[in-house]
Amino acid sequence: MQVNLKVNGTEHSDDVEPRVLLVDFLRSNLRLTGTHIGCDTSSCGACTVLLNGEPVKSCTMLAVQAEGANITTVEGLAAGGAMAPIQAGFHEEHGLQCGFCTPGMMLVGEALLERNPSPSEEEIRWAISGNICRCTGYMNIVKAIQHAAAAKQAAAKAPSHAAAVAGGQ
Amino acid sequence: MFPAAFDYRAPASLADALDILSDRGDEAKVMAGGQSLIPLLKLRFSQPALVVDIGRLPDLGGVRRDDGHLRIGALTRHVDIERSDELRSMLPILPEAAHWIADPLVRNRGTLGGSICHADPSGDWGSVMLALDAELVAQSKKGDRTIRAADFFEGPFTTALRPDEILTEIRIPLAKGHAGGAYNKLERKVGDFATVAVATYVELNGGKVAKAGIGMTSVGDKNLKAAAAEKALVGREATDEVIAEAARQAAAAAEPKADIRGSVEYKKDVVRVFVQRGLKAAVARAKEGR
Repeated sequence: MQVNLKVNGTEHSDDVEPRVLLVDFLRSNLRLTGTHIGCDTSSCGACTVLLNGEPVKSCTMLAVQAEGANITTVEGLAAGGAMAPIQAGFHEEHGLQCGFCTPGMMLVGEALLERNPSPSEEEIRWAISGNICRCTGYMNIVKAIQHAAAAKQAAAKAPSHAAAVAGGQ
Repeated sequence: MFPAAFDYRAPASLADALDILSDRGDEAKVMAGGQSLIPLLKLRFSQPALVVDIGRLPDLGGVRRDDGHLRIGALTRHVDIERSDELRSMLPILPEAAHWIADPLVRNRGTLGGSICHADPSGDWGSVMLALDAELVAQSKKGDRTIRAADFFEGPFTTALRPDEILTEIRIPLAKGHAGGAYNKLERKVGDFATVAVATYVELNGGKVAKAGIGMTSVGDKNLKAAAAEKALVGREATDEVIAEAARQAAAAAEPKADIRGSVEYKKDVVRVFVQRGLKAAVARAKEGR
């Protein structure tokens, strides 16, 4: 059946079987392989995407349920080749080792900072509690999100400084 | 993993959805947020011929007060309950329980009605509904009816809902006097099912318990109502001794199975502790006027 949705700002229309999962649609039909399949059982959060700005597990959603929705994947974070603050934060704070959980972690962080620009450590840890990391440990992931929060706030205060902070310099 | 093939309908209105279920309810599964159903479909524990997606139907979400009841639309998501300031001041047990469900990502999709209809004995909302003596409104093409929570849960993943019915609203009677509730849950990690969880609720009148509700999670083949423990409270002052006796009765009524999360004895004792702790918190909240 026909599904129409917007992914990273681009409209897509495709014919899919109702049983196709959103994660498989993104990876196979759109070739957006930054969204990972980890546990495939709604436990790990590697498949996290933003659905109308809110993080959800794309392995536990049918593509047809996203009819009319606005999806953001990790590929949608960087604007014009420049890293978004959340990406710069993970780069600066060594928020990853193998990188498998990173797309999900960054999208959860991005959504958290949209809703709550200066979260406490507790609030960050709670926000990422549905996303599992098996190598870095969560210390640097928390620091990365704090880094991005500070960068975004600095950018909001001094717009001309934004590009430099976002670039991690 | 991906589900076995199914027909898919996403009706534009509740009336259309009820029409579809009137014809094909026996072979259909109704999907709201899909956070319980989709994992079952992927594991092929469930292979319905038809999935009726009501997730984007308008007018089945939201919370309103009406006629002495709090009326919550079945499609209200866990996250909406968790973040509702109105509910936090009116009935804090609801956001408190929502906070413990699965993980934040699942709470962004999962719904109150979907979770209740899934009727997992380890589900959190069933116990809260039992403690609050909620009424569940079921609609079909023939009309609607109201089912008390105590009559709704029939067994594991089994409810009183007929195949042609959709749960549309949850009605919670609002106390006239002082009332309070609490939800206590023990889980090994975020996203795990409860080892044990207990919902407790009391209404006070002149220092005595006018109404008591206790619902128990993960200690039976469905969410259990601790009826004897509730009776032990009503009409009495909620002293430490009375609460301790109710907690013992609830532990005796629990029917947990030994598994990786603990032994039967351990789980029964967690019930006892949580009933005691929950009742004390509920009474304190009721006295504060919450």
